[in-house]
Amino acid sequence: MNETPFLAADHIHYAYPDGDGRSVLADVSLSIAQGAFVALVGPSGVGKSTLLRILGGLLPPGGGQLWHNGRPEQAHDEPVGIVFQRDNLMPWRTVYENVVLPLELQGINGRSAAERVSQMLDLVGLAGEADAYPAQLSGGMAQRVALARALVHKPLLLLLDEPFGALDALTRERMGQELLRIWQANPVTVFMVTHSISEAVFLADEVLVMGRASGEAATITHRFPIRLPRPRRFEMQRTAVFQDEVTAVREAISV
Amino acid sequence: MRLLRSLPNWLTILISFLMLLAGWQLLVMIGGYPSFILPSPANVAQQIVVVVADGRLLRHSLITISEIIPGLLIGFFVALPLGYLLAKSPLAERLISPYLIASQAIPIIAVAPLLTIWIASTYWSRVLVAALVVFFPVLINIIAGLRSVPPELYELMHALKATPGQIFRKLEFPAALPIILAGLKVGATLSVIGALVGEFVQPKSQGLGFLLVTARYQFKTDLVFVILLTLAAIALSLYGLVALVERRVLRWQT
Ligand SMILES: Nc1ncnc2c1ncn2[C@@H]1O[C@H](COP(=O)(O)OP(=O)(O)OP(=O)(O)O)[C@@H](O)[C@H]1O
Ligand SMILES: [Mg+2]
Repeated sequence: MNETPFLAADHIHYAYPDGDGRSVLADVSLSIAQGAFVALVGPSGVGKSTLLRILGGLLPPGGGQLWHNGRPEQAHDEPVGIVFQRDNLMPWRTVYENVVLPLELQGINGRSAAERVSQMLDLVGLAGEADAYPAQLSGGMAQRVALARALVHKPLLLLLDEPFGALDALTRERMGQELLRIWQANPVTVFMVTHSISEAVFLADEVLVMGRASGEAATITHRFPIRLPRPRRFEMQRTAVFQDEVTAVREAISV
Repeated sequence: MRLLRSLPNWLTILISFLMLLAGWQLLVMIGGYPSFILPSPANVAQQIVVVVADGRLLRHSLITISEIIPGLLIGFFVALPLGYLLAKSPLAERLISPYLIASQAIPIIAVAPLLTIWIASTYWSRVLVAALVVFFPVLINIIAGLRSVPPELYELMHALKATPGQIFRKLEFPAALPIILAGLKVGATLSVIGALVGEFVQPKSQGLGFLLVTARYQFKTDLVFVILLTLAAIALSLYGLVALVERRVLRWQT
Protein backbone atom coordinates (compact mmCIF):
# COMPACT_ATOMS: atom_id res chain seq x y z
CA MET A 1 0.00 0.00 0.00
CA ASN A 2 2.92 2.32 0.65
CA GLU A 3 4.57 1.83 -2.71
CA THR A 4 4.19 4.57 -5.32
CA PRO A 5 1.03 4.05 -7.39
CA PHE A 6 1.37 3.58 -11.15
CA LEU A 7 -1.23 6.26 -11.79
CA ALA A 8 -2.88 8.59 -9.31
CA ALA A 9 -5.38 11.42 -9.59
CA ASP A 10 -5.48 14.13 -6.97
CA HIS A 11 -8.59 16.33 -6.64
CA ILE A 12 -9.28 16.39 -10.36
CA HIS A 13 -11.86 18.86 -11.67
CA TYR A 14 -13.23 19.08 -15.15
CA ALA A 15 -15.67 21.24 -17.13
CA TYR A 16 -16.05 20.97 -20.92
CA PRO A 17 -15.08 24.22 -22.68
CA ASP A 18 -18.45 24.27 -24.49
CA GLY A 19 -20.44 23.03 -21.51
CA ASP A 20 -21.76 26.41 -20.24
CA GLY A 21 -19.33 26.37 -17.34
CA ARG A 22 -21.04 23.33 -15.83
CA SER A 23 -18.58 21.10 -13.97
CA VAL A 24 -18.66 17.44 -14.98
CA LEU A 25 -16.10 16.18 -12.47
CA ALA A 26 -15.27 17.63 -9.08
CA ASP A 27 -12.67 16.49 -6.61
CA VAL A 28 -11.95 13.10 -8.16
CA SER A 29 -9.12 11.25 -6.44
CA LEU A 30 -7.99 7.71 -7.08
CA SER A 31 -4.88 5.63 -7.26
CA ILE A 32 -4.12 2.61 -9.40
CA ALA A 33 -1.36 0.13 -8.61
CA GLN A 34 0.98 -1.17 -11.29
CA GLY A 35 -0.59 -4.12 -13.06
CA ALA A 36 -4.01 -3.71 -11.43
CA PHE A 37 -7.37 -4.14 -13.12
CA VAL A 38 -9.72 -1.33 -12.10
CA ALA A 39 -13.33 -1.04 -13.25
CA LEU A 40 -15.46 2.10 -13.14
CA VAL A 41 -19.26 1.95 -13.04
CA GLY A 42 -21.92 4.62 -12.66
CA PRO A 43 -25.09 6.00 -14.20
CA SER A 44 -25.14 7.08 -17.83
CA GLY A 45 -23.87 10.60 -18.49
CA VAL A 46 -22.21 10.94 -15.08
CA GLY A 47 -18.69 11.48 -16.41
CA LYS A 48 -17.05 8.06 -16.69
CA SER A 49 -15.72 8.54 -20.21
CA THR A 50 -14.54 12.00 -19.28
CA LEU A 51 -12.47 10.60 -16.41
CA LEU A 52 -11.08 7.85 -18.65
CA ARG A 53 -9.95 10.47 -21.18
CA ILE A 54 -8.27 12.52 -18.47
CA LEU A 55 -6.45 9.47 -17.13
CA GLY A 56 -5.35 8.66 -20.67
CA GLY A 57 -3.98 12.16 -21.25
CA LEU A 58 -6.57 12.85 -23.97
CA LEU A 59 -8.13 15.71 -22.00
CA PRO A 60 -6.15 18.06 -19.77
CA PRO A 61 -7.71 18.19 -16.29
CA GLY A 62 -9.26 21.55 -15.41
CA GLY A 63 -7.83 21.39 -11.91
CA GLY A 64 -5.94 18.99 -9.67
CA GLN A 65 -2.95 16.84 -10.46
CA LEU A 66 -2.16 13.55 -12.12
CA TRP A 67 0.78 11.48 -10.94
CA HIS A 68 2.61 8.95 -13.07
CA ASN A 69 4.83 6.71 -10.94
CA GLY A 70 5.11 9.52 -8.44
CA ARG A 71 5.95 12.17 -11.03
CA PRO A 72 3.53 15.10 -11.36
CA GLU A 73 2.71 15.02 -15.08
CA GLN A 74 -0.66 15.64 -16.69
CA ALA A 75 -0.04 13.45 -19.74
CA HIS A 76 1.65 10.15 -20.48
CA ASP A 77 4.93 10.36 -22.29
CA GLU A 78 4.31 6.91 -23.78
CA PRO A 79 1.47 5.78 -26.03
CA VAL A 80 -1.40 4.11 -24.18
CA GLY A 81 -3.71 1.37 -25.42
CA ILE A 82 -7.35 2.30 -25.93
CA VAL A 83 -10.55 0.51 -26.97
CA PHE A 84 -13.93 2.20 -27.38
CA GLN A 85 -17.42 0.82 -27.63
CA ARG A 86 -17.50 1.20 -31.42
CA ASP A 87 -15.82 2.80 -34.45
CA ASN A 88 -12.46 1.50 -33.29
CA LEU A 89 -11.09 0.24 -36.57
CA MET A 90 -10.06 2.02 -39.73
CA PRO A 91 -12.36 0.50 -42.37
CA TRP A 92 -9.82 1.09 -45.17
CA ARG A 93 -7.18 -1.03 -43.43
CA THR A 94 -7.13 -4.81 -43.18
CA VAL A 95 -7.08 -6.51 -39.79
CA TYR A 96 -3.30 -6.77 -40.05
CA GLU A 97 -2.90 -3.13 -41.06
CA ASN A 98 -5.15 -2.01 -38.21
CA VAL A 99 -3.20 -3.93 -35.61
CA VAL A 100 0.18 -2.78 -36.90
CA LEU A 101 -0.80 0.91 -36.71
CA PRO A 102 0.70 1.71 -33.27
CA LEU A 103 4.03 0.19 -34.36
CA GLU A 104 3.90 2.05 -37.66
CA LEU A 105 3.41 5.35 -35.81
CA GLN A 106 6.53 4.59 -33.76
CA GLY A 107 8.50 3.84 -36.90
CA ILE A 108 8.71 0.11 -36.21
CA ASN A 109 8.40 -1.79 -39.49
CA GLY A 110 9.48 -4.97 -41.14
CA ARG A 111 9.92 -8.40 -39.67
CA SER A 112 9.78 -7.47 -35.98
CA ALA A 113 6.49 -5.61 -36.50
CA ALA A 114 5.00 -8.48 -38.50
CA GLU A 115 6.01 -10.98 -35.85
CA ARG A 116 4.53 -8.92 -33.06
CA VAL A 117 1.25 -8.48 -34.98
CA SER A 118 0.84 -12.17 -35.70
CA GLN A 119 1.61 -12.89 -32.06
CA MET A 120 -1.22 -10.52 -31.03
CA LEU A 121 -3.62 -11.96 -33.61
CA ASP A 122 -2.86 -15.44 -32.24
CA LEU A 123 -3.58 -14.16 -28.74
CA VAL A 124 -7.05 -12.92 -29.71
CA GLY A 125 -7.71 -15.95 -31.92
CA LEU A 126 -7.83 -14.13 -35.25
CA ALA A 127 -4.70 -15.44 -36.94
CA GLY A 128 -6.74 -16.49 -39.98
CA GLU A 129 -8.36 -13.09 -40.50
CA ALA A 130 -5.26 -10.96 -41.06
CA ASP A 131 -6.27 -9.95 -44.59
CA ALA A 132 -9.97 -9.34 -43.88
CA TYR A 133 -11.41 -5.83 -43.87
CA PRO A 134 -13.38 -4.63 -40.81
CA ALA A 135 -16.63 -4.66 -42.81
CA GLN A 136 -16.25 -8.43 -43.05
CA LEU A 137 -15.95 -8.98 -39.28
CA SER A 138 -18.60 -9.60 -36.62
CA GLY A 139 -18.87 -7.17 -33.72
CA GLY A 140 -17.01 -9.48 -31.38
CA MET A 141 -14.21 -10.06 -33.88
CA ALA A 142 -13.84 -6.32 -34.45
CA GLN A 143 -13.48 -5.70 -30.72
CA ARG A 144 -10.85 -8.43 -30.49
CA VAL A 145 -8.92 -6.74 -33.29
CA ALA A 146 -9.17 -3.47 -31.37
CA LEU A 147 -7.86 -5.25 -28.28
CA ALA A 148 -4.94 -6.70 -30.23
CA ARG A 149 -4.11 -3.25 -31.59
CA ALA A 150 -4.36 -1.72 -28.09
CA LEU A 151 -1.70 -4.11 -26.81
CA VAL A 152 0.59 -4.55 -29.81
CA HIS A 153 3.00 -1.80 -28.74
CA LYS A 154 3.19 -3.14 -25.16
CA PRO A 155 1.60 -0.13 -23.46
CA LEU A 156 1.76 0.16 -19.69
CA LEU A 157 -1.83 1.39 -19.49
CA LEU A 158 -4.87 -0.07 -21.24
CA LEU A 159 -8.03 2.07 -21.30
CA LEU A 160 -11.31 0.36 -22.11
CA ASP A 161 -14.49 2.42 -22.52
CA GLU A 162 -17.40 -0.03 -22.56
CA PRO A 163 -15.48 -2.25 -24.96
CA PHE A 164 -18.12 -4.98 -24.95
CA GLY A 165 -21.13 -2.68 -24.75
CA ALA A 166 -22.30 -3.38 -28.29
CA LEU A 167 -22.03 -7.17 -28.04
CA ASP A 168 -24.63 -9.79 -27.20
CA ALA A 169 -24.59 -11.27 -23.70
CA LEU A 170 -22.90 -14.55 -24.64
CA THR A 171 -20.13 -13.00 -26.71
CA ARG A 172 -19.67 -10.42 -24.01
CA GLU A 173 -19.07 -13.08 -21.35
CA ARG A 174 -16.56 -14.88 -23.53
CA MET A 175 -14.76 -11.62 -24.31
CA GLY A 176 -14.48 -10.87 -20.60
CA GLN A 177 -12.76 -14.21 -20.06
CA GLU A 178 -10.42 -13.56 -22.97
CA LEU A 179 -9.60 -10.13 -21.63
CA LEU A 180 -8.57 -11.65 -18.31
CA ARG A 181 -6.39 -14.18 -20.08
CA ILE A 182 -4.73 -11.46 -22.17
CA TRP A 183 -4.24 -9.21 -19.16
CA GLN A 184 -2.54 -12.05 -17.31
CA ALA A 185 -0.24 -12.67 -20.27
CA ASN A 186 0.76 -8.98 -20.51
CA PRO A 187 2.19 -6.74 -17.80
CA VAL A 188 -0.40 -4.03 -18.32
CA THR A 189 -2.56 -1.92 -16.00
CA VAL A 190 -6.23 -1.87 -17.01
CA PHE A 191 -8.77 0.88 -16.42
CA MET A 192 -12.18 -0.17 -17.70
CA VAL A 193 -15.50 1.65 -17.88
CA THR A 194 -18.49 -0.67 -18.03
CA HIS A 195 -22.25 -0.62 -17.57
CA SER A 196 -22.36 -4.19 -16.35
CA ILE A 197 -21.92 -4.50 -12.61
CA SER A 198 -21.38 -8.27 -12.70
CA GLU A 199 -18.76 -7.84 -15.43
CA ALA A 200 -16.96 -5.24 -13.30
CA VAL A 201 -16.98 -7.45 -10.22
CA PHE A 202 -15.94 -10.55 -12.13
CA LEU A 203 -13.00 -8.91 -13.94
CA ALA A 204 -11.59 -6.28 -11.62
CA ASP A 205 -9.39 -6.08 -8.53
CA GLU A 206 -11.24 -2.95 -7.56
CA VAL A 207 -14.58 -1.48 -8.64
CA LEU A 208 -15.01 2.29 -8.44
CA VAL A 209 -18.47 3.81 -8.37
CA MET A 210 -19.00 7.26 -9.78
CA GLY A 211 -21.97 9.39 -8.76
CA ARG A 212 -23.11 12.89 -8.02
CA ALA A 213 -22.75 13.02 -4.25
CA SER A 214 -23.57 16.70 -3.93
CA GLY A 215 -24.93 19.08 -6.54
CA GLU A 216 -24.11 18.79 -10.21
CA ALA A 217 -20.56 17.51 -10.61
CA ALA A 218 -19.63 13.85 -10.21
CA THR A 219 -16.94 12.20 -8.14
CA ILE A 220 -15.90 8.72 -7.02
CA THR A 221 -18.43 7.90 -4.29
CA HIS A 222 -17.43 4.32 -3.41
CA ARG A 223 -14.59 1.88 -3.98
CA PHE A 224 -14.91 -1.86 -3.57
CA PRO A 225 -11.84 -4.11 -3.43
CA ILE A 226 -13.06 -7.42 -4.87
CA ARG A 227 -12.27 -10.36 -2.62
CA LEU A 228 -12.36 -13.06 -5.28
CA PRO A 229 -9.18 -15.07 -5.84
CA ARG A 230 -7.34 -15.17 -9.15
CA PRO A 231 -7.47 -16.72 -11.63
CA ARG A 232 -11.15 -15.93 -11.89
CA ARG A 233 -13.32 -18.76 -13.11
CA PHE A 234 -16.82 -18.55 -14.44
CA GLU A 235 -18.23 -20.70 -11.63
CA MET A 236 -17.23 -18.05 -9.10
CA GLN A 237 -20.22 -16.01 -10.26
CA ARG A 238 -22.43 -18.42 -8.29
CA THR A 239 -20.59 -17.93 -4.99
CA ALA A 240 -22.01 -15.88 -2.15
CA VAL A 241 -18.93 -13.64 -2.15
CA PHE A 242 -19.55 -12.66 -5.77
CA GLN A 243 -23.25 -12.08 -5.17
CA ASP A 244 -22.52 -9.94 -2.12
CA GLU A 245 -20.06 -7.77 -4.04
CA VAL A 246 -22.53 -7.28 -6.88
CA THR A 247 -25.29 -6.33 -4.46
CA ALA A 248 -23.05 -3.88 -2.66
CA VAL A 249 -22.00 -2.16 -5.90
CA ARG A 250 -25.57 -2.02 -7.15
CA GLU A 251 -26.76 -0.38 -3.95
CA ALA A 252 -23.92 2.11 -4.09
CA ILE A 253 -25.00 3.16 -7.59
CA SER A 254 -28.68 3.52 -6.84
CA VAL A 255 -28.08 5.66 -3.76
CA MET B 1 -36.79 -8.73 -69.82
CA ARG B 2 -35.05 -11.69 -68.29
CA LEU B 3 -33.07 -12.18 -71.48
CA LEU B 4 -31.93 -8.54 -71.39
CA ARG B 5 -30.80 -8.85 -67.78
CA SER B 6 -28.73 -11.96 -68.50
CA LEU B 7 -26.69 -10.19 -71.22
CA PRO B 8 -23.25 -8.74 -70.47
CA ASN B 9 -23.15 -5.09 -69.50
CA TRP B 10 -21.51 -3.78 -72.67
CA LEU B 11 -24.05 -5.58 -74.84
CA THR B 12 -27.03 -4.00 -73.06
CA ILE B 13 -25.40 -0.59 -73.49
CA LEU B 14 -24.85 -1.30 -77.18
CA ILE B 15 -28.46 -2.43 -77.62
CA SER B 16 -29.88 0.64 -75.91
CA PHE B 17 -27.59 2.84 -78.03
CA LEU B 18 -28.76 1.20 -81.27
CA MET B 19 -32.36 1.60 -80.18
CA LEU B 20 -31.74 5.29 -79.55
CA LEU B 21 -30.24 5.68 -83.03
CA ALA B 22 -33.17 3.84 -84.61
CA GLY B 23 -35.70 6.03 -82.79
CA TRP B 24 -33.82 9.13 -83.87
CA GLN B 25 -33.71 8.04 -87.52
CA LEU B 26 -37.42 7.18 -87.38
CA LEU B 27 -38.24 10.62 -85.96
CA VAL B 28 -36.38 12.35 -88.81
CA MET B 29 -38.06 10.16 -91.44
CA ILE B 30 -41.60 10.52 -90.08
CA GLY B 31 -41.25 14.24 -89.27
CA GLY B 32 -39.45 14.99 -92.52
CA TYR B 33 -37.27 17.62 -90.80
CA PRO B 34 -34.64 19.40 -92.86
CA SER B 35 -31.07 18.69 -91.85
CA PHE B 36 -30.45 22.13 -90.30
CA ILE B 37 -33.27 21.52 -87.78
CA LEU B 38 -32.72 17.88 -86.95
CA PRO B 39 -30.02 16.01 -88.85
CA SER B 40 -30.38 12.25 -89.16
CA PRO B 41 -27.86 9.86 -87.60
CA ALA B 42 -26.57 9.25 -91.11
CA ASN B 43 -25.94 12.99 -91.62
CA VAL B 44 -24.12 13.18 -88.31
CA ALA B 45 -22.06 10.10 -89.15
CA GLN B 46 -21.06 11.65 -92.47
CA GLN B 47 -20.10 14.85 -90.70
CA ILE B 48 -18.00 12.86 -88.22
CA VAL B 49 -16.09 11.34 -91.12
CA VAL B 50 -15.51 14.79 -92.63
CA VAL B 51 -14.23 16.50 -89.46
CA VAL B 52 -12.13 13.53 -88.47
CA ALA B 53 -10.61 13.33 -91.94
CA ASP B 54 -9.67 17.02 -92.17
CA GLY B 55 -8.27 16.91 -88.60
CA ARG B 56 -10.53 19.67 -87.28
CA LEU B 57 -12.26 17.55 -84.63
CA LEU B 58 -9.01 16.29 -83.15
CA ARG B 59 -7.36 19.74 -83.19
CA HIS B 60 -10.23 21.52 -81.45
CA SER B 61 -10.81 18.64 -79.03
CA LEU B 62 -7.18 18.64 -77.94
CA ILE B 63 -7.35 22.37 -77.30
CA THR B 64 -10.49 21.99 -75.17
CA ILE B 65 -9.04 19.02 -73.31
CA SER B 66 -5.89 21.04 -72.65
CA GLU B 67 -8.15 23.55 -70.89
CA ILE B 68 -10.25 20.98 -69.04
CA ILE B 69 -7.43 18.99 -67.41
CA PRO B 70 -5.53 21.92 -65.87
CA GLY B 71 -8.85 23.48 -64.87
CA LEU B 72 -9.85 20.32 -63.05
CA LEU B 73 -6.46 19.96 -61.38
CA ILE B 74 -6.21 23.61 -60.34
CA GLY B 75 -9.78 23.61 -58.98
CA PHE B 76 -9.08 20.43 -57.06
CA PHE B 77 -5.70 21.37 -55.62
CA VAL B 78 -6.85 24.83 -54.54
CA ALA B 79 -9.95 23.35 -52.90
CA LEU B 80 -7.89 20.74 -51.02
CA PRO B 81 -5.93 22.99 -48.61
CA LEU B 82 -8.78 25.50 -48.31
CA GLY B 83 -11.21 22.70 -47.48
CA TYR B 84 -8.78 21.40 -44.86
CA LEU B 85 -8.50 24.87 -43.32
CA LEU B 86 -12.29 25.38 -43.29
CA ALA B 87 -12.92 21.93 -41.81
CA LYS B 88 -10.30 22.47 -39.11
CA SER B 89 -10.76 26.08 -38.12
CA PRO B 90 -14.20 27.30 -37.03
CA LEU B 91 -12.85 30.86 -37.20
CA ALA B 92 -11.75 30.50 -40.82
CA GLU B 93 -15.07 28.95 -41.66
CA ARG B 94 -16.99 31.83 -40.09
CA LEU B 95 -14.81 34.36 -41.93
CA ILE B 96 -14.72 32.78 -45.38
CA SER B 97 -17.74 30.56 -45.93
CA PRO B 98 -20.39 33.35 -46.28
CA TYR B 99 -18.49 34.69 -49.28
CA LEU B 100 -18.02 31.25 -50.76
CA ILE B 101 -21.71 30.49 -50.51
CA ALA B 102 -22.72 33.90 -51.86
CA SER B 103 -20.34 33.44 -54.79
CA GLN B 104 -22.27 30.33 -55.76
CA ALA B 105 -25.44 32.37 -56.30
CA ILE B 106 -23.72 34.13 -59.22
CA PRO B 107 -23.90 32.05 -62.40
CA ILE B 108 -20.51 31.28 -63.94
CA ILE B 109 -21.71 32.56 -67.30
CA ALA B 110 -21.96 36.02 -65.69
CA VAL B 111 -18.50 35.86 -64.08
CA ALA B 112 -16.68 34.46 -67.09
CA PRO B 113 -16.71 37.73 -69.16
CA LEU B 114 -15.11 39.52 -66.21
CA LEU B 115 -12.29 37.01 -66.18
CA THR B 116 -11.61 37.63 -69.86
CA ILE B 117 -11.23 41.33 -69.05
CA TRP B 118 -8.87 40.69 -66.16
CA ILE B 119 -6.80 37.96 -67.73
CA ALA B 120 -5.10 38.80 -70.98
CA SER B 121 -4.34 35.21 -71.97
CA THR B 122 -7.26 33.54 -73.76
CA TYR B 123 -6.03 30.14 -72.70
CA TRP B 124 -5.67 30.90 -68.99
CA SER B 125 -8.97 32.73 -68.74
CA ARG B 126 -10.67 29.58 -70.08
CA VAL B 127 -8.72 27.34 -67.69
CA LEU B 128 -9.71 29.59 -64.83
CA VAL B 129 -13.40 29.38 -65.67
CA ALA B 130 -13.13 25.58 -65.65
CA ALA B 131 -11.23 25.68 -62.34
CA LEU B 132 -13.88 27.94 -60.78
CA VAL B 133 -16.70 25.59 -61.72
CA VAL B 134 -14.82 22.59 -60.33
CA PHE B 135 -13.72 24.33 -57.15
CA PHE B 136 -16.93 24.59 -55.14
CA PRO B 137 -18.40 21.07 -55.26
CA VAL B 138 -14.94 19.64 -54.58
CA LEU B 139 -14.49 22.02 -51.65
CA ILE B 140 -17.84 21.04 -50.13
CA ASN B 141 -16.95 17.36 -50.41
CA ILE B 142 -13.52 17.82 -48.88
CA ILE B 143 -15.06 19.55 -45.87
CA ALA B 144 -17.76 16.89 -45.56
CA GLY B 145 -15.12 14.16 -45.88
CA LEU B 146 -12.91 15.58 -43.14
CA ARG B 147 -15.92 16.12 -40.88
CA SER B 148 -16.92 12.47 -41.32
CA VAL B 149 -13.85 11.16 -39.48
CA PRO B 150 -15.13 9.41 -36.31
CA PRO B 151 -13.96 11.23 -33.13
CA GLU B 152 -12.93 7.85 -31.69
CA LEU B 153 -10.25 7.52 -34.34
CA TYR B 154 -8.88 10.98 -33.54
CA GLU B 155 -8.67 9.98 -29.87
CA LEU B 156 -6.97 6.74 -30.86
CA MET B 157 -4.32 8.68 -32.79
CA HIS B 158 -3.81 11.03 -29.84
CA ALA B 159 -3.54 8.11 -27.41
CA LEU B 160 -0.87 6.66 -29.69
CA LYS B 161 1.00 9.98 -29.72
CA ALA B 162 0.65 10.44 -33.47
CA THR B 163 2.10 13.65 -34.93
CA PRO B 164 -0.20 16.04 -36.88
CA GLY B 165 1.42 14.84 -40.10
CA GLN B 166 0.72 11.22 -39.21
CA ILE B 167 -2.88 12.08 -38.31
CA PHE B 168 -3.32 13.65 -41.74
CA ARG B 169 -1.64 10.87 -43.71
CA LYS B 170 -2.93 7.86 -41.84
CA LEU B 171 -6.35 9.04 -40.66
CA GLU B 172 -7.84 12.16 -42.21
CA PHE B 173 -6.80 11.66 -45.81
CA PRO B 174 -7.84 7.99 -46.16
CA ALA B 175 -11.02 8.58 -44.15
CA ALA B 176 -12.07 11.51 -46.33
CA LEU B 177 -10.95 9.93 -49.62
CA PRO B 178 -14.26 8.29 -50.64
CA ILE B 179 -16.15 11.58 -50.31
CA ILE B 180 -13.31 13.55 -51.94
CA LEU B 181 -13.32 11.20 -54.93
CA ALA B 182 -17.10 11.52 -55.21
CA GLY B 183 -16.55 15.29 -55.40
CA LEU B 184 -13.86 14.82 -58.03
CA LYS B 185 -16.28 12.81 -60.17
CA VAL B 186 -18.78 15.66 -60.09
CA GLY B 187 -15.92 18.08 -60.75
CA ALA B 188 -14.76 16.05 -63.76
CA THR B 189 -18.05 16.54 -65.60
CA LEU B 190 -18.34 20.15 -64.49
CA SER B 191 -14.85 20.94 -65.78
CA VAL B 192 -16.07 20.21 -69.32
CA ILE B 193 -18.92 22.68 -68.88
CA GLY B 194 -16.50 25.21 -67.40
CA ALA B 195 -14.07 25.01 -70.29
CA LEU B 196 -16.94 25.35 -72.75
CA VAL B 197 -18.35 28.41 -70.98
CA GLY B 198 -14.83 29.86 -71.07
CA GLU B 199 -14.70 29.30 -74.82
CA PHE B 200 -18.16 30.80 -75.37
CA VAL B 201 -17.13 34.11 -73.82
CA GLN B 202 -13.72 33.98 -75.50
CA PRO B 203 -14.45 32.32 -78.89
CA LYS B 204 -11.11 33.00 -80.52
CA SER B 205 -10.57 30.63 -83.45
CA GLN B 206 -9.97 27.45 -81.42
CA GLY B 207 -11.59 24.87 -79.19
CA LEU B 208 -14.81 22.88 -79.38
CA GLY B 209 -16.73 25.87 -78.02
CA PHE B 210 -15.47 28.03 -80.89
CA LEU B 211 -16.37 25.29 -83.38
CA LEU B 212 -19.82 25.04 -81.84
CA VAL B 213 -20.46 28.78 -82.11
CA THR B 214 -19.38 28.91 -85.78
CA ALA B 215 -21.31 25.74 -86.67
CA ARG B 216 -24.44 27.25 -85.18
CA TYR B 217 -24.03 30.51 -87.16
CA GLN B 218 -23.64 28.52 -90.36
CA PHE B 219 -26.69 26.36 -89.55
CA LYS B 220 -24.46 23.30 -89.69
CA THR B 221 -26.62 21.49 -87.18
CA ASP B 222 -25.04 18.13 -87.96
CA LEU B 223 -21.68 19.57 -86.90
CA VAL B 224 -23.27 20.89 -83.69
CA PHE B 225 -24.38 17.33 -82.97
CA VAL B 226 -20.90 15.98 -83.59
CA ILE B 227 -19.47 18.50 -81.12
CA LEU B 228 -22.08 17.69 -78.48
CA LEU B 229 -21.29 13.99 -78.83
CA THR B 230 -17.58 14.73 -78.52
CA LEU B 231 -18.12 16.77 -75.35
CA ALA B 232 -20.22 13.99 -73.86
CA ALA B 233 -17.49 11.49 -74.73
CA ILE B 234 -14.84 13.67 -73.06
CA ALA B 235 -16.97 14.06 -69.91
CA LEU B 236 -17.68 10.33 -69.80
CA SER B 237 -14.01 9.44 -70.20
CA LEU B 238 -12.96 11.77 -67.40
CA TYR B 239 -15.71 10.43 -65.16
CA GLY B 240 -14.70 6.89 -66.00
CA LEU B 241 -11.08 7.66 -65.23
CA VAL B 242 -11.92 8.94 -61.75
CA ALA B 243 -14.28 5.99 -61.21
CA LEU B 244 -11.43 3.67 -62.16
CA VAL B 245 -9.09 5.30 -59.65
CA GLU B 246 -11.89 5.09 -57.10
CA ARG B 247 -12.40 1.40 -57.64
CA ARG B 248 -8.69 0.75 -57.19
CA VAL B 249 -8.13 2.76 -54.02
CA LEU B 250 -11.46 2.00 -52.32
CA ARG B 251 -11.29 -1.75 -52.64
CA TRP B 252 -12.08 -2.06 -48.93
CA GLN B 253 -15.64 -0.85 -49.49
CA THR B 254 -17.55 -4.08 -49.88
N1 LIG C 1 -17.45 16.99 -25.82
C1 LIG C 1 -18.30 17.38 -24.87
N2 LIG C 1 -18.66 18.68 -24.76
C2 LIG C 1 -19.52 19.09 -23.81
N3 LIG C 1 -20.08 18.28 -22.91
C3 LIG C 1 -19.76 16.98 -22.94
C4 LIG C 1 -18.85 16.45 -23.94
N4 LIG C 1 -18.73 15.12 -23.76
C5 LIG C 1 -19.52 14.82 -22.69
N5 LIG C 1 -20.13 15.93 -22.20
C6 LIG C 1 -21.03 15.97 -21.05
O1 LIG C 1 -20.31 15.55 -19.92
C7 LIG C 1 -21.11 14.70 -19.09
C8 LIG C 1 -20.38 13.39 -18.86
O2 LIG C 1 -20.20 12.73 -20.09
P1 LIG C 1 -19.46 11.32 -20.20
O3 LIG C 1 -19.43 10.96 -21.62
O4 LIG C 1 -18.17 11.41 -19.48
O5 LIG C 1 -20.47 10.39 -19.41
P2 LIG C 1 -20.43 8.80 -19.22
O6 LIG C 1 -20.51 8.53 -17.77
O7 LIG C 1 -19.31 8.20 -19.98
O8 LIG C 1 -21.82 8.39 -19.89
P3 LIG C 1 -22.18 7.03 -20.65
O9 LIG C 1 -22.25 5.96 -19.62
O10 LIG C 1 -23.52 7.31 -21.24
O11 LIG C 1 -21.12 6.80 -21.67
C9 LIG C 1 -22.44 14.53 -19.81
O12 LIG C 1 -23.39 15.34 -19.17
C10 LIG C 1 -22.19 15.02 -21.20
O13 LIG C 1 -23.32 15.68 -21.67
MG1 LIG D 1 -19.17 7.02 -21.77
